[in-house]
Amino acid sequence: MKWREKAIEGIFALCASISIFTTLGVIAILLFESIAFFRKVPIIRFLTETQWTPLFAKKHFGIIVLGSATFLTTVIAMAVALPLGLMAAVYMSEYASERARRILKPCLEILAGIPTVVYGYFALLFVTPLLKKVIPSISGFNALSAGIVMGIMILPTVASLSEDALYAVPRSLREGAYALGASTRQVVTGVVIPAAFSGIMASFILGVSRALGETMIVAIAAGQTPRLTLNPLVPIETMTAYIVQVSLGDVPTGSLEFRTIFAVGLTLFVINMTFNVLSYWLASRQRRFKL
Amino acid sequence: MKERWLERLFKALTFISTIIGLLVLVILLIDVLKDGLPRLSWKFITSFPSRNPDEAGILPALVGSAMLLILTALFAFPIGVAAGIYLEEYASDNLFTRLIEINIANLAGIPSIIYGLLGLEIFVRALRGITGGRSIFSGALTMSLLVLPIIIVSSREAIRAVPRSIREAGYALGATKWQVVRDQILPVAMPGILTGTILALSRAIGETAPLITIGALAYIAFLPPLSLKALQSPFTVLPIQIFNWVSRPQEAFHANAAAAIIVLLVLLLSMNAAAIYLRNRFQVRFE
Amino acid sequence: MSWLQKMPLPDLPDNPEEPIIKIRNLNVWYGNRLVLGDINLDIPRNRITAIIGPSGCGKSTLIRCLNRMNDLIPNARVEGQVLFDGKNIYSSDVDVTEIRRRIGMVFQKPNPFPKSIYENIAWGLRIRGFKGNLDEVVERALRQAALWDEVKDKLHANALTLSGGQQQRLCIARALAVGSEVLLLDEPASALDPISALKIEELLRELSRDYTIVIVTHNMQQAARVSHYTAFIMWDDNRVGRLIEYGLTRDIFTNPKDKRTEDYITGRFG
Repeated sequence: MKWREKAIEGIFALCASISIFTTLGVIAILLFESIAFFRKVPIIRFLTETQWTPLFAKKHFGIIVLGSATFLTTVIAMAVALPLGLMAAVYMSEYASERARRILKPCLEILAGIPTVVYGYFALLFVTPLLKKVIPSISGFNALSAGIVMGIMILPTVASLSEDALYAVPRSLREGAYALGASTRQVVTGVVIPAAFSGIMASFILGVSRALGETMIVAIAAGQTPRLTLNPLVPIETMTAYIVQVSLGDVPTGSLEFRTIFAVGLTLFVINMTFNVLSYWLASRQRRFKL
Repeated sequence: MKERWLERLFKALTFISTIIGLLVLVILLIDVLKDGLPRLSWKFITSFPSRNPDEAGILPALVGSAMLLILTALFAFPIGVAAGIYLEEYASDNLFTRLIEINIANLAGIPSIIYGLLGLEIFVRALRGITGGRSIFSGALTMSLLVLPIIIVSSREAIRAVPRSIREAGYALGATKWQVVRDQILPVAMPGILTGTILALSRAIGETAPLITIGALAYIAFLPPLSLKALQSPFTVLPIQIFNWVSRPQEAFHANAAAAIIVLLVLLLSMNAAAIYLRNRFQVRFE
Repeated sequence: MSWLQKMPLPDLPDNPEEPIIKIRNLNVWYGNRLVLGDINLDIPRNRITAIIGPSGCGKSTLIRCLNRMNDLIPNARVEGQVLFDGKNIYSSDVDVTEIRRRIGMVFQKPNPFPKSIYENIAWGLRIRGFKGNLDEVVERALRQAALWDEVKDKLHANALTLSGGQQQRLCIARALAVGSEVLLLDEPASALDPISALKIEELLRELSRDYTIVIVTHNMQQAARVSHYTAFIMWDDNRVGRLIEYGLTRDIFTNPKDKRTEDYITGRFG
């Protein structure tokens, strides 16, 4: 019976190691196709050209075009998610009654569970027409709508993680400040948030990471026109939207155009990884320096 | 006093921030219901897509989503639970275990479209012979990889919640590790594991990007055959159908998209409700 | 110690047979810390041996060595020998599940499985491929544990609905059912009310005619009431648990040889 126990353990270990294979698989395929791509298109072109036209006759491969779009939508999304998320976290952590928290927290979770394609619908067919009333010059596809809706989608993540960070601040710190006659606002802004700073930054950066990788909202509402700009009112194309565009088209597999999605994917992966690691490091920093 | 006003303002701001998200949610739901409810009908649910928006329906998308869900569950559940059991009951604190745990945490943070690229290269292209290329089989394998980290994490939590005393009692009677896991730990942990799995699958049902990337088509006018061959057939899913209709300029298609969204949200709601019901009904509570 | 004179002393004489368990030069480390040093102890067959001593000095660790439950603790390291029927249970060719079947353990807090009373007893047999009449074995075990009359009409009720004392007797019954020859009990009555505790003590005295019992207890009156032999464990100056004294219970409590034993028994510390 001893070998049967060992066999069972072996199978379970194999299942657990699939996670390692998945990561290796991701890195492998991204590198494999990207290297083939960079044999034809030197990296320097990829990084410095200012146009992105791989599907046209005259091909340009400036990743910065797609990158600028991703950057723009991410910044707008975080401009929404950061303040709202942090403030919501403060409310839940410092002001809300137990009953209020029990009702509001699940509601925020629902917000996080809505499929992104539904958010995309909302951005294109509700938010954009609404913005058009306020900003007539805005076009049907733009970064602003997509960014705002993305921000709402990420808000629960930022709120939840920031709340954990605030919760981790020891009660003794708060009580010392209250005992000096400080109001909640003063305690929160003066003592609690600074103490939870690393954890809050970690939640922000995780939010950024999610915004970077978001696909459907931008594919539906931000447009599929690669354009190097920081204007939030015109159509653009993010890195993720480009991959979708190619996947929907008739690009023959194995061609140079096909390989571009992997080069873009690799760029996305590297940036995303960097932010994830940064976020993890910041979160662990708060844990370590907890008083 | 100035501070009194600042305090009131601050508190109000924090409250508004919390409410804004909910407000947007409510507006979104009202908007979708307004646009989609008129279009929702039994005919809509049972028709195929069509160039004519009034005749188009979601049947292949619905069937595709259902099949994808079942297949993904079939792959991801056993592997995820097995991995969870290994990490909680068998693994010791060595490099291998640490590596696995880092990877699982990592994978949860990768954009879903990257999973699509992975599925495209490995399942659609490299393993074309087995999977049939851009098939529901490839889709299920890709989605399994996507939800695996979630299932592993919730399995671990459910297993960890089983009190140590149960394990000790089992071992003290002369049982092997697998006997204790199979007969004492898993039955107690199963409601928690199932709840986590259903929640993971409810995320999968709303995923669009990775499936587009592996080539789930946007216009499917047939249903997969009722045989094992179905695994290798092309397919579409509800979110992709929604995406397709939203991307058309005609308003009539937008109404279709809204109606399809309602169906998707109802499915999601049902799955989450089922998960919560399961957990409340079957969870073993220890004094 | 007048209370001692008033307690009925166990009536079985000193057992001249070969001890069923012989502990030789046992040393136990948790990580780098030596917690039990050089223990040499014999456990007589078909008698009740009590292990007493202050909290934290290694009593539980000691009995957990006797059925290799310490194997489950990642940092624990055991050196020395524990001879059960002449064979060292720590030798590499020994099947640990068989050891645990023959040397059973009952824990401080009763831990029945969240299953029916019947299943609690039947499971231990099922996993060993028992093919005989389960009903018979279940009834016999429950009778031996003095629980049958109380549960015979609700064998399929959940074990967690039983009282603490009943749960503990159920734990004893399931250990007996799989064929334990030795019962290790780690403070089995400390989580129970006094009446249930006394019932357990009575049960143990009954069982000791056919089984060997080792009981860890911090309750000295209990040790005096129930055991034939007593071992006193305590820290030395280096905080390592040592066997200070061992002998017939009546001798230990009326005429301890070591001053530390006397101090503990008279309540000067501990």
